[in-house]
Amino acid sequence: MPSPRAPHWLYRRENLPNLWLIQIAILVLALLPEFFVHHHAHFPGQGMTLDASWGFYAWYGFTTCAGMVALAKVMGIFLKRPDHYYDDRDDGVRDD
Amino acid sequence: MGFAMTDLAWPPGLILLLGAAALPFARERLRSALILGLPALTLAAIWWWPLGTLVSVPFLDYQLELVRVTSEGRLFATVFAIMAFAGGLYALRQATTFELTAAYAYAGAAIGVTFAGDLITLFIFWELMAIGSTLVLWAAGTEGAYRASLRYLLIHLLGGVLLMAGIAAWVAETGSIAFTAMRPESLATWLILAGFLINAGAPPLSAWIADAYPEASPSGTVFLSAFTTKTAVYALLVGFPGAEILVPIGLYMVFYGILYALLENDMRRILAYSIVNQVGFMVVAIGIGTPLALNGAAAHAFAHILYKALLLMSAGSVLWMTQRRKCTDLGGLFQSMPVTTINGIVGALAISAFPFTSGFVTKSLETQAAANEGLALVWLLLLAASAGVFLHAGIKFPWFVFFQRDSGLRPPDPPANMRQAMWLFSFLCLAIGLFPQVLYGILPHPVDYQPYTLEHVVSQLQLLLFAGFAFFAMLPLMRRTLTISLDFDWFYRKFFKELLSEFSVRTSAFHGALTGRWRGRIERLVGNLSRHHGPQGTLARTWPTGSMVLWVAILLGASLLLYNR
Repeated sequence: MPSPRAPHWLYRRENLPNLWLIQIAILVLALLPEFFVHHHAHFPGQGMTLDASWGFYAWYGFTTCAGMVALAKVMGIFLKRPDHYYDDRDDGVRDD
Repeated sequence: MGFAMTDLAWPPGLILLLGAAALPFARERLRSALILGLPALTLAAIWWWPLGTLVSVPFLDYQLELVRVTSEGRLFATVFAIMAFAGGLYALRQATTFELTAAYAYAGAAIGVTFAGDLITLFIFWELMAIGSTLVLWAAGTEGAYRASLRYLLIHLLGGVLLMAGIAAWVAETGSIAFTAMRPESLATWLILAGFLINAGAPPLSAWIADAYPEASPSGTVFLSAFTTKTAVYALLVGFPGAEILVPIGLYMVFYGILYALLENDMRRILAYSIVNQVGFMVVAIGIGTPLALNGAAAHAFAHILYKALLLMSAGSVLWMTQRRKCTDLGGLFQSMPVTTINGIVGALAISAFPFTSGFVTKSLETQAAANEGLALVWLLLLAASAGVFLHAGIKFPWFVFFQRDSGLRPPDPPANMRQAMWLFSFLCLAIGLFPQVLYGILPHPVDYQPYTLEHVVSQLQLLLFAGFAFFAMLPLMRRTLTISLDFDWFYRKFFKELLSEFSVRTSAFHGALTGRWRGRIERLVGNLSRHHGPQGTLARTWPTGSMVLWVAILLGASLLLYNR
């Protein structure tokens, strides 16, 4: 077990760029098959061939997730409350 | 009754339900044997009776079908029994006997539902589940759990009332109590559907899941995550296949679960929101209603019970060892809890439907069904939601609990029985992913689907890896805060409470004014009386003897004058 003075390599600041590089390398690897695997369209009858286009699953996964994170952020502005919100009037029972 | 063998048949759910009653009386070794043996015995009983077996008993004017073995029911009962076994193993040395008794009765009732051939039997087991699960919550023994259990019970009693009213109306309408496929076209069937949907965590009452489940003990939450919502999936699967209304309801649940989980800070509440998300997939598939879609819903429910329990076991181990539940307090635990971390990650990969895990081979049945029916929008939304599952459960949970910044906590892995339960479910998550034909073989409809095509594996990996990229790219936006998020439960936890206290403030003011006015009147009356009749009152004054004599003389004089004339 590492002592608190010598943080695990995951937590060392100098390794951060390497971690990003590894992640980008994995993403590039995941995109390589696009050059030889053919995605068939799921809805040819409806004239939708978007899902057979180059890199569809990659950009769709990224943008929808980015969108969901952004939407959650906006919802948070309206919906977030301190986590003792419901306890305030609870006759002093609970929590520290 | 059909054939002689059925005289011996015994509803498999009763083995757990009645066996649970023996737990409080069993000593140490027998107790362990019962906890591990009862689910195994139940599993054997589930598979002992061939499809089509029927056990019925007369009740009033009806024949109750306590057991009707169908392929759907057997599938759900199987995973419920496996779940009870692993949950029992996980809870073996940590949970109270009270919790285990309640949990086994709860599991037995859930299995009872899956074998119920008629609506009355279904309803009885349905309500036993509500009681059992409430007791599991109580067993946590905290003030928060007690309060949450009352809110939980309230919602489930409401669901039970809707279901009972629906069943009564349905019997009045059709004269039959058989539990078969219905269409939501009359008041009766709408009420039954509403009763089922409340237990599934459908809008607007989805909040009960994230409100109640995370208040239970570490093992209690594992049990709770499995039975109620999946029994509702079973009931919808048998009762309302192809009901179109389920598609939008399910899509709402899918995104509700993702967005609320993204906002959440409590690790087990993240996973509770994720239950709504996953059940949403199944509800959509049931709404699509083709054999492939129904197979997908059933298979996904089977796989989901295993990986969600695994995730909650992992979270429960962290809670057990650290007594902390908020992401803001956790992080860096992978250094001292490697077993919990690995198993948590297997569960996270399985829920995200990574290739070679159980999620991949089951959820893809559902998305494929949407594609086959030409539902392009539904398919695109499910695809986005699949990416979102990785975002909110697949990465968020392990990242914030086991990695992120180092919290400095160095707890060891949990005790052996908790580790074994996690390994068992990790094994099953991977085994189903690697050998899907075994699960496909027991699905309700014949399966003609091959999940492992190069194209499918590649597209799924791309979708998930880029979803993960979005997570890390937007990590600053997801800084954990000490917050909860408002939901529909605000109405019954805050709005009506405030309304009530406002009402009592106003009524007490009114009451005060009213009593004040009457008190004034009475005081005035008393004052007047005492002024006239009191010690100093005009009418009660004591007069001197001299004036008495004078008055007597006057009276005598007057009588002389009056009578002697």
